[in-house]
Amino acid sequence: MSNVNVFAVKTLTQKEYFSSGHRACQGCGETLAVRLVHKALGRDVVVASATGCMEIVSSPLPLTSWEMPWIHVAFENAAAVATGVEAGLKALMRKGKIPNKKIHVVGMAGDGGTADIGLQALSGALERGHDFIYVCYDNEAYMNTGIQRSSSTPYCAATTTSPAGSVKPGQTTWKKNMPAIAAAHNIPYVATACPSYPMDLVEKVKKAAETPGPAYVHILSVCPTGWGMPGEDIIKFGRLAVETGAFPLYEIENGRYRITVDVPELLPIETYLKPQRRFRHITPEMTEIIAERVAKEWELLKRRVEFSALD
Amino acid sequence: MKSSRKLMQGNEACAEGALKAGVKFFAGYPITPSTEIAETLAEKLPRAGGVFIQMEDEIASMAAVIGASLTGVKSMTATSGPGFSLKQENIGFAVMTEIPCVVVNVQRLGPSTGGPTLPAQGDVMQARWGTHGEHAMIALCPASVEEAYYLTIMAFNYSERFRTPVVLLLDETIGHLRESVDLKKYEDTRIINRPVPWEAPGQYLPYKAEGDEPPPMASLGEGYRFHVTGLVHDESGFPVAGNHAAIDRLLTRLSNKIIKRQEEITLYKEFMTENAQYLVIAYGATARSAYGAVELARKEGYRVGLLHMQTLWPFPEKLVRQKTLGKKTVLVPEMNLGQYAREIKKTVADQTQVVTLSQVDGRIFHPSRIVAFLRGEAKYAQVL
Repeated sequence: MSNVNVFAVKTLTQKEYFSSGHRACQGCGETLAVRLVHKALGRDVVVASATGCMEIVSSPLPLTSWEMPWIHVAFENAAAVATGVEAGLKALMRKGKIPNKKIHVVGMAGDGGTADIGLQALSGALERGHDFIYVCYDNEAYMNTGIQRSSSTPYCAATTTSPAGSVKPGQTTWKKNMPAIAAAHNIPYVATACPSYPMDLVEKVKKAAETPGPAYVHILSVCPTGWGMPGEDIIKFGRLAVETGAFPLYEIENGRYRITVDVPELLPIETYLKPQRRFRHITPEMTEIIAERVAKEWELLKRRVEFSALD
Repeated sequence: MKSSRKLMQGNEACAEGALKAGVKFFAGYPITPSTEIAETLAEKLPRAGGVFIQMEDEIASMAAVIGASLTGVKSMTATSGPGFSLKQENIGFAVMTEIPCVVVNVQRLGPSTGGPTLPAQGDVMQARWGTHGEHAMIALCPASVEEAYYLTIMAFNYSERFRTPVVLLLDETIGHLRESVDLKKYEDTRIINRPVPWEAPGQYLPYKAEGDEPPPMASLGEGYRFHVTGLVHDESGFPVAGNHAAIDRLLTRLSNKIIKRQEEITLYKEFMTENAQYLVIAYGATARSAYGAVELARKEGYRVGLLHMQTLWPFPEKLVRQKTLGKKTVLVPEMNLGQYAREIKKTVADQTQVVTLSQVDGRIFHPSRIVAFLRGEAKYAQVL
């Protein structure tokens, strides 16, 4: 890690679009991500948000944290409502009812609202090609209802509906590759990000905003409550996720892959897994299986980057 | 001797009841205030040889339950308001195709996201008419942790007996309530399994019924080949869009197999009804308040009793007519704006007065409201 990021953060706007005073847990990685995303987007924004932690902690009046029009919609609908907002704004501009300027339409949801119940609506919106940004805040389980597994929960993680025991290792399936699913829609911009790398995140969100057509940003949001770690460690674990290859940071611009935070030598995966409560039960065999998979996916990603360069 | 009493939550008791009834498949999706049912079964169902799956949404959960039940295993899903809305299309499918299953809806304040942790009884009519088209429905409603256990068993029994989805309507209060319970007395509760065909594969007609009796049900994978469709069908299971006599036969039978057997399905309790002038009819969490209210009011000299309904649907017309006969006033306290009260009024309008005591503020119904009405102080009581 270079220190450049630390200084560069100061160049970000002082203005807060997601204001303090919300009710998130101490050390919530998701609120940090939301704050950075909206610093990147500025004030001309409409947000459609699915059900989830963020809706609960940020919106009970008179304590709203949202400094912009913000709509809470039922669980499966963020992308569909964003579709309607984008089309509505387009119609108003066409008729001359509102000034013709760029208003960023954002659909946001957690990993459950994106990879599970909201996938159909998201796929539809991506396929139709609306000019909007979809942000998935991935904390790798349904945290709002008390830590249940989602299809974005990593292999072996223990949740209340994927409990670990003598027979089951916790989650028995691999984390769904949402960025790949988004990319398969041939949309102009897909990226992964993590608030532990704030400038990388901000740059990607800005790029997503500037791109005409749909853009998908998948943000790993460390959850101290659900993952089981002290609140002050979330930045560290965000970095470990990247440095061990568990969550690589990359972007796909018009089909071209680029790794934005390169890791010359991946750290051993257990440095990321072991200190987390949700992984405390894992055996060396399970660690080995995960390490193999992570190495393979990292290799595949690098190949994709190479292949993009040939193009 | 070790006591068999346990401290248990309503949602846990529901999961335990399902295990007692022999559930072998659960598909669900996290939603407050029902999540503990899924969490309990995630741990216990695999140990009992069953399968727990957390699905990608509520629609899929209900659909998976239908698929599993077709293979012959007792299947269940649990949800709350918004999820119950999403399940409605598949509930209708299960009604039409006569697939036994149990759908638990732990009611919360609605509509929409409403109040995920606030108690309400706003889904009484949705349980009855949530899916489209003419149909009958069975819905049970527990008022205590113990009843959550017992009525879950009965929900499975009725679903198997009548080959139909059964709705178990908890509410937030009962789902999250913790009580000391002794479930030992239910050890010998009769467990009903679905009727199976005696014909050989090839001769079996999946929807051939004797009168209004539910037809025997073969399981997929046992060698029987049969057609299952949500389209109107005849005894063979194949669609009959042009055969109006067959359509009429099917829809009439689907309703009659339940409505004509309402006495078999009606579960209720009575409390202090002897010489009562006033009768309170209540269910779920509100019934708990009503027990307290009746006791308080009796001490003050009011001749009041309680009819506590455990079966809400099919509506027990005969029972309600008989129990309200000669009563001066029937009081219906509900955490909605009179959904069940209107049903009661429809049934007894010619013989007694029905008063609704409604509450939709997301709080538990207080017994003092019923006593206040008897004293003539009630502000919001409305004569229907």
